[in-house]
Amino acid sequence: MFDDRYTLAYKLYPYEKSADQDLDTPVRHPVVVVGGGPIGVATALDLGQQGIPVLVLDDHEGVGMGSRAICFSKRCLEVADRYGCGTPMVEKGVTWNLGKVFHRDHKVFEFNLLPEDGHKYPAFINLQQPYFESFMIERLRALQAEGAPIQLRGKNRVDAIEVKDDHVVLTVMTPDGPYTVEADWLVAADGANSPLRDKLGLGFTGKVFKDSFLIADIRMKGDVDFPTERWFWFEPSHGEGASMLLHRQPDNVWRVDFQIGWDVDRKEEMKEENIRRRLDAFLKGVEYDMVWSSIYTFQCKRMESFRHGRVFFAGDAAHQVSPFGARGANSGIQDVDNLGWKLGLVISGKAPEALLDSYSAEREHGADENILNSTRSTDFITPKSETSKIFRDAVLALSDKHDFARPFVNSGRLSVPCYYDGLPLNGADDLPGGPARARPGAPCPDVPLGDGFLIERLGARKGAAFQILAVDAEVPETFSAHGLDLEVVKVSAADAPLLRERYLGEARSAVYLIRPDQHVAARWETWDDRAVAQALGRATGHDIGKEQ
Amino acid sequence: MGQLNTTRNVARADDVYQMLIDAHEGKTKDESDAFNARLILTLINHIGDEAVIAEALSVAEG
Ligand SMILES: Cc1cc2nc3c(=O)[nH]c(=O)nc-3n(C[C@H](O)[C@H](O)[C@H](O)COP(=O)(O)OP(=O)(O)OC[C@H]3O[C@@H](n4cnc5c(N)ncnc54)[C@H](O)[C@@H]3O)c2cc1C
Repeated sequence: MFDDRYTLAYKLYPYEKSADQDLDTPVRHPVVVVGGGPIGVATALDLGQQGIPVLVLDDHEGVGMGSRAICFSKRCLEVADRYGCGTPMVEKGVTWNLGKVFHRDHKVFEFNLLPEDGHKYPAFINLQQPYFESFMIERLRALQAEGAPIQLRGKNRVDAIEVKDDHVVLTVMTPDGPYTVEADWLVAADGANSPLRDKLGLGFTGKVFKDSFLIADIRMKGDVDFPTERWFWFEPSHGEGASMLLHRQPDNVWRVDFQIGWDVDRKEEMKEENIRRRLDAFLKGVEYDMVWSSIYTFQCKRMESFRHGRVFFAGDAAHQVSPFGARGANSGIQDVDNLGWKLGLVISGKAPEALLDSYSAEREHGADENILNSTRSTDFITPKSETSKIFRDAVLALSDKHDFARPFVNSGRLSVPCYYDGLPLNGADDLPGGPARARPGAPCPDVPLGDGFLIERLGARKGAAFQILAVDAEVPETFSAHGLDLEVVKVSAADAPLLRERYLGEARSAVYLIRPDQHVAARWETWDDRAVAQALGRATGHDIGKEQ
Repeated sequence: MGQLNTTRNVARADDVYQMLIDAHEGKTKDESDAFNARLILTLINHIGDEAVIAEALSVAEG
């Protein structure tokens, strides 16, 4: 039996029998990814672009119906840019900057994400998750056509896993029956209910929030002109419930998200007439079609460790947050961005295996940050005690007239990129007066450069390459250390003034060591062979476990 | 560190205390609770310094 657990929006990888299935001895793959959601597919793009053979197994044959994620962050798009699919996402997506916050039927204040000039990608776009995933799969097909060693197998469900010291054995169910595959390394991107996490008996701890949310994606008919803004209501007077969100998506579709409480009759609430009753109370007279609806609940949880020997957990399988803040897929993509180059270097024998432990350290830090933010938003939106409700209402009441109270209003703190502050791969910060935003551990700030942008030149696009970014500094044309050949990118603040603000600060020149995921590894004012080699060693895991 | 002023700082203590009590005059318990919350948030913003606020919280803890 092979039933779909959800309906497909697009059937993009129909089941085909693979040669592996007829062999007597299981085939060993360097990397197997379990799960063809956004995180699994992104992993395939990352590794495939590096030329590392990767096999993705998904229990469905395409992208699921209905958008869960709609808000994609700048950092997520920058990563997608490196995978070669950022541009179509922005072209299809809706760019928004303005948010309005209401309490009951009264506007409390509005905010602007105030996007800074000089970045290739906007702070956020709204895009239905099926589009986001489809663009990645289109890119995967293009890479395959160019010869990238990627395989994506639909209706291949992993039913059993056995973890050995130096490989993993999987039992995979298909419409033609089961077969076995082996993997040197396994990436579990099998979603929030991760069957692999369960099969390995690994915990997933945190908080379950006793609330449910009804989502309705609706297409407005006629010429209604709702603005491209994020509208958030605390205790909306035009409906029951503690909060409500209205947000625009492409194709004239709006997301309406009602917080409806814990003790609800799901079947009853999901009836179209009941959803329409809620919508009509608020849309008064506007005509619309229902595109998709769903009821969801959420938890803020994470695994204690994202690495278990040969197995890595990424995306929702490793951590789950509330949707307030759009930190789910956006952080999952940062997991992949972090794991891809490390796995690539270790598999090609260019870095010690210990480097892989830094995936856990860095991304657990990211997950904690996301869980902290998303828990705080949730507690503000649904106060957990009488007193916290009194304070919440006081904040909203003051915010109406007083700007000082507005920073306390928390209707979701939107996903921001992760800074790996104080973590083991970071090297020297020897750039006196250097801007804090480009400190070791930081993701590289973008800057317009000639006809393009700096981020188009930074990070690994083909191989897992480290780079030297020299800003008005004397550096050698090439540099090699620890068996790695570094690419040198030379730029000048004379041609790109924003380099001064974002990379030089008070300094006259700067040398940055850039990781393949566009994070800063170390920085100096001037070139120093030995210092750069040392930082490179550190950033590739040579120091892990050697100091205490 | 250690910046919360816990020495006597209000010149006319009785008057100021009376202002506080008068502000609650005629309010229901709910209204007073809401008022107090707004007052605390306003004063917290005035202080601004996280360390001082943390010290004030521990003074209030008793
Ligand atoms: C209402 C809602 C709103 C959201 N909004 C946002 C947002 O605005 N921004 C944002 O960034 N995130 C948002 N998210 C979160 C986002 O949807 C998830 O973080 C994201 O889908 C996680 O991707 P994933 O690949 O880790 O997991 P999934 O998308 O769950 O994919 C897992 C895949 O693994 C497959 N699979 C499972 N078990 C097996 C098996 N045994 N064998 C083979 N395959 C298997 C599944 O079929 C699926 O294809 C939202 C979530 C919800 C519910």
